[in-house]
Amino acid sequence: MAEESALKVQDLHKSFGAHKVIRGVSMEAQKGDVIAILGASGSGKSTFLRCINLLETPNSGDVYLAGEKIRMKKNRHGETVPEDIRQVERMRSRLAMVFQGFNLWTHMTVLENVLEGPVHVQKTPKAEAREKAAALLAKVGLSDRADYYPAHLSGGQQQRVAIARALAMDPDVMLFDEPTSALDPELVGEVLGVMRDLADEARTMLVVTHEMGFARDVSSKTVFLHQGEVCEEGAPSKLFSNPDTEQFRAFLSRMN
Amino acid sequence: MQAVLDLIPLDIGLILANFDRFMWGVWMTLNLTFLALLCGGLLAIPMAIARASRHPVLNPMVWGYTYVFRGTPLLVQTFLIYFGLGQFEAVRESWLWDPILSSAWWCAFIAFTLNTAAYSTELLRGAIIDTPKGEVEAAVATGHSYAARMRRIILPSAFRRAIPAYSNEVIFMLHGSVVASTITLQDILGVGRWLNGRYYLAYEGFITAALLYFLIVLAITRLFRWLERNYLGHLAPRDSEAPASPQ
Repeated sequence: MAEESALKVQDLHKSFGAHKVIRGVSMEAQKGDVIAILGASGSGKSTFLRCINLLETPNSGDVYLAGEKIRMKKNRHGETVPEDIRQVERMRSRLAMVFQGFNLWTHMTVLENVLEGPVHVQKTPKAEAREKAAALLAKVGLSDRADYYPAHLSGGQQQRVAIARALAMDPDVMLFDEPTSALDPELVGEVLGVMRDLADEARTMLVVTHEMGFARDVSSKTVFLHQGEVCEEGAPSKLFSNPDTEQFRAFLSRMN
Repeated sequence: MQAVLDLIPLDIGLILANFDRFMWGVWMTLNLTFLALLCGGLLAIPMAIARASRHPVLNPMVWGYTYVFRGTPLLVQTFLIYFGLGQFEAVRESWLWDPILSSAWWCAFIAFTLNTAAYSTELLRGAIIDTPKGEVEAAVATGHSYAARMRRIILPSAFRRAIPAYSNEVIFMLHGSVVASTITLQDILGVGRWLNGRYYLAYEGFITAALLYFLIVLAITRLFRWLERNYLGHLAPRDSEAPASPQ
């Protein structure tokens, strides 16, 4: 039997009112894959990512994490809702997310942000969690900022804390939602550097991004979404040098 | 010294002679006000959560309660409880009558608690609703349950952001507590009124009372300044550090 893929999404659909944002997207990530998801704004790439951990509830489609399906049902109004919210919470704790706007908890110090998930969701003993948090902060180069509040850090530093916070959960899959889009240009490099390191460690990552260089050099697979559908996908070396579709060609020329 | 005192058109000697009475008044005002604030504050937490939720029953129920208690004067609420409830035979004969509803202190305490709970509920509800959406999403994405989100992220953040507005509520409650003097209680104003009634000297009692309230407000203001420094510092920009880049 083949090994279960780390993450599998099947035929996902999502509408906001009458507006169909995702029209049947499927995606599969093997352990260690780095999938870059590209697309113009409004192509549904962020919505797709947010449907995976149910920050948005998809209208239909299935999400499997290491072979386990997130069970959904219809409520009495005919809307799709999770069958068991505890299962969803458990799945979310294995699917760490890094947001465009960092979304650190502002009333907690850097260290407390990193400890929160392990201690209060996974119930890891505090001493053990502290040791790991210290190592993660060292890894993202912020050991000296452990007692700072997020508001007292630069955007790049905040995003690196957010990555450490995500790593602290020992996630099976990491979801990055435009992690560098809110950063000043000179701060983008430090965050991408950390993400490259994670890719080298064979972390499974889905990265929604506008950073073409990152997609081309780091991703194991690139997916281009257009109007809520997968328009083109494959190895980045092939996609970037010789795109099949007119849409992706046009997108690339706009980005460069 | 005597020459200086003679310049002040107040009978200082009378005030000093009744100093311990005023101190008992301070004690009465403080225990009524702060016990009511404590109990009202505790009641406000679950009610604010209900008001911030979309619960089809609890939300409108709490809304009705806060609407009534914020829409009527504290004096009227206190009179209704102290004079009103005693009119009902059933109340007078119930177990609640003897230690509680027949006592002026308890009636004032109940009225103050219900009143401040209503204001605090709406205040805290506003702070809960204003919690940055991204921070709540980050908790959802980390796997926090609704209860864990509330306890770990939303409430700690909302309490801190509510501190400046809550200091006003504390001062309003302190000033509102003068209502106690209208139902026989010897709070600060009660002692002032007693002095006035006994000696026909209005200034001695009322200026002393005003001064005592003023000193308490001063202490409350200091306390809240300290709280803000210690619990809101996380939101204040720190000049020497690199500025956080806005999203």
